[in-house]
Amino acid sequence: MGQQHTKAHSGGGMTGRWSPYLVGIGIGVLSWVVFVVVAAPIGITTAIGQIAGGIVSPIVGAETVATNAYWRTNAMKLDYGTLFLIGTFFGALASSLLSRTFKIESIPSVWQERFGSSKTRRFIVAFIGGAMAMYGARMAGGCTSGNGISQSLQLAVVGWTFLVVMFVSGAVTAAILYRGSRSNHLNTNAQ
Amino acid sequence: MFPIKGESALLLAVVFGFAFGWLLQRGKVTNYNVIVNQFRFRDFTVLKVMMTAIIVGGIGVLVLTNMGMAKWHVRDANMVGTIIGAAIFGVGMVLYGYCPGTGVAAIATGSVHALIGAAGMILGAVMYAYSFDWVRTNILSVGKLGKVTLPQLMHVPAWTLYGALIVIALLLFYWVEKRRL
Repeated sequence: MGQQHTKAHSGGGMTGRWSPYLVGIGIGVLSWVVFVVVAAPIGITTAIGQIAGGIVSPIVGAETVATNAYWRTNAMKLDYGTLFLIGTFFGALASSLLSRTFKIESIPSVWQERFGSSKTRRFIVAFIGGAMAMYGARMAGGCTSGNGISQSLQLAVVGWTFLVVMFVSGAVTAAILYRGSRSNHLNTNAQ
Repeated sequence: MFPIKGESALLLAVVFGFAFGWLLQRGKVTNYNVIVNQFRFRDFTVLKVMMTAIIVGGIGVLVLTNMGMAKWHVRDANMVGTIIGAAIFGVGMVLYGYCPGTGVAAIATGSVHALIGAAGMILGAVMYAYSFDWVRTNILSVGKLGKVTLPQLMHVPAWTLYGALIVIALLLFYWVEKRRL
């Protein structure tokens, strides 16, 4: 099911693809393990919030960071969440190198079809999008991982609220962003 | 013996993170096209991964907590903050083409725009830290439901909801597989 989907328009990088159901089972089983072994659900953005404090510390001053209401309780340190984030990076790196799908990409094909090949344009939008995603995730208390998966799998109200609102908001954004785009062939999944 | 704390847990963090990143990459949710096409309803990879993870993970955790081997980690539902935050997040995720986790993983697959977006994430975090006092007073304090779950809110057993989720997921998977989405 869904294994080895390859399609010219997906922009390559699809070799070594596992079925999304298998990947979902893998993340589900990983959740069992982390709940039992370390009692720490999967999450990403808490660590990024901490790292941000460490990065701006030389610019705004360590004192400012130390007295900030958010960073005071979320100081940068090599704790469980930060090491999990580092592990995530290297896991994806190893997987991409071993499946020989590592590829420098500045403009993805779906974007290029709609917005052309200006790197500046893509980078500016990616930057703004990253900032919004992070700001929203911190306000909601978690991202797709911490809220969308770890809270939702516990049937927590916060997780499902986040999932539904985020999905509707994303779908509306995509409809506006890609309005009039006829690139139906850019289905990245179908054979 | 569980849960493991201290330095052994830090080593395990790298191992578990590694597995997570590996799975994201193999599932191709580290690919901009795959994520954006989910929001355009042209590729259901993201929903397949997430629904399966939620169901498999949730039923396992329910069994494990009933056996006394795990504890729940339900977070507070600050409804206004969650709704506004998720709405901003949805816009950001589509503009970026990744969520924070898949963005970090995508950098490792060679995505330069994922790296630029990660710099944006740092800025977003800084902006949040600087506005935190205001957000905490005016947003996070409104509509606080506490550590509440859907079974508690709806007065139904968790098993019933997991059962309903399985039925919904199977119908959805059948529908999208027939259309090869």
